[in-house]
Amino acid sequence: MNIAYSTELICFLVLSSVIVSGSLAVVLLENIVYSAFLLGGVFMAVAGLYLLLNASFVAAAQILVYVGAVNVLILFAIMLVNKKEKLKPIKGLKSRKLISGGVCGGLLILLLRVSISTKWSLPGPTSIGEEATERIGEHLFTDYLLPFELASILLLMAMIGAIVLARREVSFPIDNINDSKDQKSLIDKKIPLLSENSLK
Amino acid sequence: MLENTIGPVPLQAYLIVAAFLFCTGVWGLINSRNAVRVLMSIELMLNAVNINLMSFSSYIDGSIIRGQVFSIFVITVAAAEAAVGLAILLSLYRNRVTIDMESFNLLKW
Repeated sequence: MNIAYSTELICFLVLSSVIVSGSLAVVLLENIVYSAFLLGGVFMAVAGLYLLLNASFVAAAQILVYVGAVNVLILFAIMLVNKKEKLKPIKGLKSRKLISGGVCGGLLILLLRVSISTKWSLPGPTSIGEEATERIGEHLFTDYLLPFELASILLLMAMIGAIVLARREVSFPIDNINDSKDQKSLIDKKIPLLSENSLK
Repeated sequence: MLENTIGPVPLQAYLIVAAFLFCTGVWGLINSRNAVRVLMSIELMLNAVNINLMSFSSYIDGSIIRGQVFSIFVITVAAAEAAVGLAILLSLYRNRVTIDMESFNLLKW
């Protein structure tokens, strides 16, 4: 009885069941806040799979970026747009769900058939352990240098774009700050924290 | 008997999990009416692709690990996509006061 293999198998089964059930719950649950928290759980289970695949650096990056940044961003978006609204019923929604479910099930069967029936010529899982981080660093600064720099430009553009897109269009009144009798008016000015139509 | 059959987790198992995650993401992408859930489904699909890249990197390319570098880039692009997508969502919500995907029909013909 090889205890390492059976431990790996048990970890894999637990993580994959968390991933499968969590992703189904993310898609199917009514309450979007539950979906967001379960999405964090799915991300962490995926990071666990990366650990099983001997990739500790990518697992850490997954936790930091997905759970720490993307999931928190999604939660903030839910808080900002959280409004109970009655969705208008549209006709054909049921059949649309069924048809798309059929298409996705067909895609799933196709992918399963490909992945099972193909004879993968595998050397088997190789573990380079902690050396993986060094190897990734070498890759990033030698043969993947151009994509690495492009990724930094992409992140800068995404940051500026997010700021520009999400900025409120509020025209601040021009006041003369040096004028002492106008100091009161600055305090009295009601600058709305939210734009008008989001308060309705 | 079980002692002989048990080995390392086969590559196919990872591929099956990734395929399931991807199909769930596609279904959610098509059927969600909440725009935030659409973004969550896109993240699920990106994670499925990442699992595929990582498992092939470990099983086939174990000493060079190009797949791990690729998944780092995918994670970067996913973070940028989430930031811009949620900013677009906020400005849409400010203009339309709804997050129902069915009401965003400006480009529909």
